[in-house]
Amino acid sequence: MIYLLCLTLFCVGLYCILRKRNIIKIIVGVIIAEYAVNLFFVLSAYRINGRAPIFSEDMIIANMVDPLPHALVLTAIVIGLATTALLVAIAIRIYEKYGTFDITKIKDLEG
Amino acid sequence: MIKASDIIPFFVIIPLAGAFLLSLFGRRARWVPDFAAMVAAILLCYLSLLSARLYNTYGLLKYSVGAWMPPVGIGMVLDGLTAFLLVTVNLVTLCVTVFSINYMEKYTSKWKFYTLFLLMVAGMNGVIITGDLFNMFVFLEIASVASYALVAFGTEKHELEAAFKYAIMGTVGSLFILLAIAFLYTYTSTLNMADMANILAEKGSSQIVLMASVLFIMGLGLKAALVPFHAWLPDAHPSAPAPISAMLSGVLIKSLGVYTLCRIFFNVIGLTESISSILMLLGVISMVIGVFLAIGQWDFKRLLAYHSISQIGYVMLGIGLGTPLGILGGLFHLFNHSIFKSLLFLNSGAVEYSTGTRDLKEMGGLSAKMPVTSGTSLIASMSIAGVPPFNGFWSKLLIIFALVEAGRYGYAFWAVIASILTLSSFMKVMKYAFFGELNRKWDKVKEVPFLMKLSMVMLAFICIAGGLLIYGGIGDMFLKPAAEAMLTGTKYGWLILNWLR
Repeated sequence: MIYLLCLTLFCVGLYCILRKRNIIKIIVGVIIAEYAVNLFFVLSAYRINGRAPIFSEDMIIANMVDPLPHALVLTAIVIGLATTALLVAIAIRIYEKYGTFDITKIKDLEG
Repeated sequence: MIKASDIIPFFVIIPLAGAFLLSLFGRRARWVPDFAAMVAAILLCYLSLLSARLYNTYGLLKYSVGAWMPPVGIGMVLDGLTAFLLVTVNLVTLCVTVFSINYMEKYTSKWKFYTLFLLMVAGMNGVIITGDLFNMFVFLEIASVASYALVAFGTEKHELEAAFKYAIMGTVGSLFILLAIAFLYTYTSTLNMADMANILAEKGSSQIVLMASVLFIMGLGLKAALVPFHAWLPDAHPSAPAPISAMLSGVLIKSLGVYTLCRIFFNVIGLTESISSILMLLGVISMVIGVFLAIGQWDFKRLLAYHSISQIGYVMLGIGLGTPLGILGGLFHLFNHSIFKSLLFLNSGAVEYSTGTRDLKEMGGLSAKMPVTSGTSLIASMSIAGVPPFNGFWSKLLIIFALVEAGRYGYAFWAVIASILTLSSFMKVMKYAFFGELNRKWDKVKEVPFLMKLSMVMLAFICIAGGLLIYGGIGDMFLKPAAEAMLTGTKYGWLILNWLR
């Protein structure tokens, strides 16, 4: 069920990228899709009635939440930040050159 | 005690350290960026050739980052395919660096250019040597983000537009790749490629693996610019500065797209009948559509960009076939394409440097004024069109032979047709740009500076010598191990993990 919601979020992001005309909205779409993927990755680590994966001597290794995806998602978030920063920087420069955020008006290149 | 495997991390360390130091000290003096980039490029080129030799002496080399043993830690692997790709990437990097010393004079802040450039090289080398799936994704993103910034480097209208388009499509592609990695991780609970190959071989295929394969084809196909996902390439490649176009078209789409596809589908998931036919179909479609779109172009660099799509189609066709000869031909074509396509992009950059135009209709008769540029460009055009005895001919011949041998006559027919169309389109380039009447406008045009000539001549020499790779000693040392590495298939996992014990 929650995976389905995750998929919906991803589709919302993709819809934003494909259908919106405003550059800023497209960037927001990218961010939404990215978060959907990150969310999916974190969810995949969850175990029902799981507990924090802290290992000490008297603990048994059962029902631990998988800690690795959390670390991976952290990396993915940082990468996403870099991409988003770059996209926003390019968007600002585009606005300086073209004076608009509307991609239907920014089409000097064909194909 | 220095072990042979200690060479492996240096492919990432050198460019990464270079980029870091350049961003700190690059502004101090004018010669610093050129010097640092040159040193890094020469070192990398030397190390890559050394690694090919080491592979032949010692066999498979393996390095565990931070002494954490795989599959827990991150592993780096040097096998035949890796060594082959490393040589290709670093050879082109060296030539492009030599070229950009003069070419980048017309841009401001050269040190920023070299910082991004070295970052991109670090990403590409990282993708090639890593043995860990998530690590591969990280390096892939490093290379991609650096290349988005480099496409926008001129910060003019067109560059920004192309960079935005490229960045959006590239990011979506990366998301698909990350999603595919997440699927594979949930299924196998490991990220090490070798370990994953073993577990997948034990567990067998399932819907999740199929889903991950589809996502990988979408994501990596987008990076490799195969035809349904190619829309960013004809904008992004011409808009970048010429050395970067040469890097993007020559090696970036190969190391990020083709290499990763090979590694994942041959060594991790294992090539099945259906994936093989999908790859071949994508290859043929890109080959034919790319060349048809190229014929109508009048912008020199845009024409070359469409040809990149077409030639990548050849590579995918050969590799997707999955027979030993097909893989050999595909890899050989990959090497050749990276050489002659970067040479052609450097030629277009040289023409633009001297005349300031990219429009073929405006050029004409430049061979009298720029003999080196036109000569090297003639060699590259003959290579890409598959005229004997240049290297492009041999690799195309191998691919077509492999197709006929496997009984795929239809695909072989299209490969021949695409080759003829390529020839015709490059005859157009030669006729309009370099031969024929000298356009009165270019009476005062001078040949480009020495270093630019040097790098073009170097690449042209490799174009001619490249045909020899297929014969005898060099081929055995260089090309065969790469094809063998792919043919080991999912046994890759056993090979690497057994080596550890």
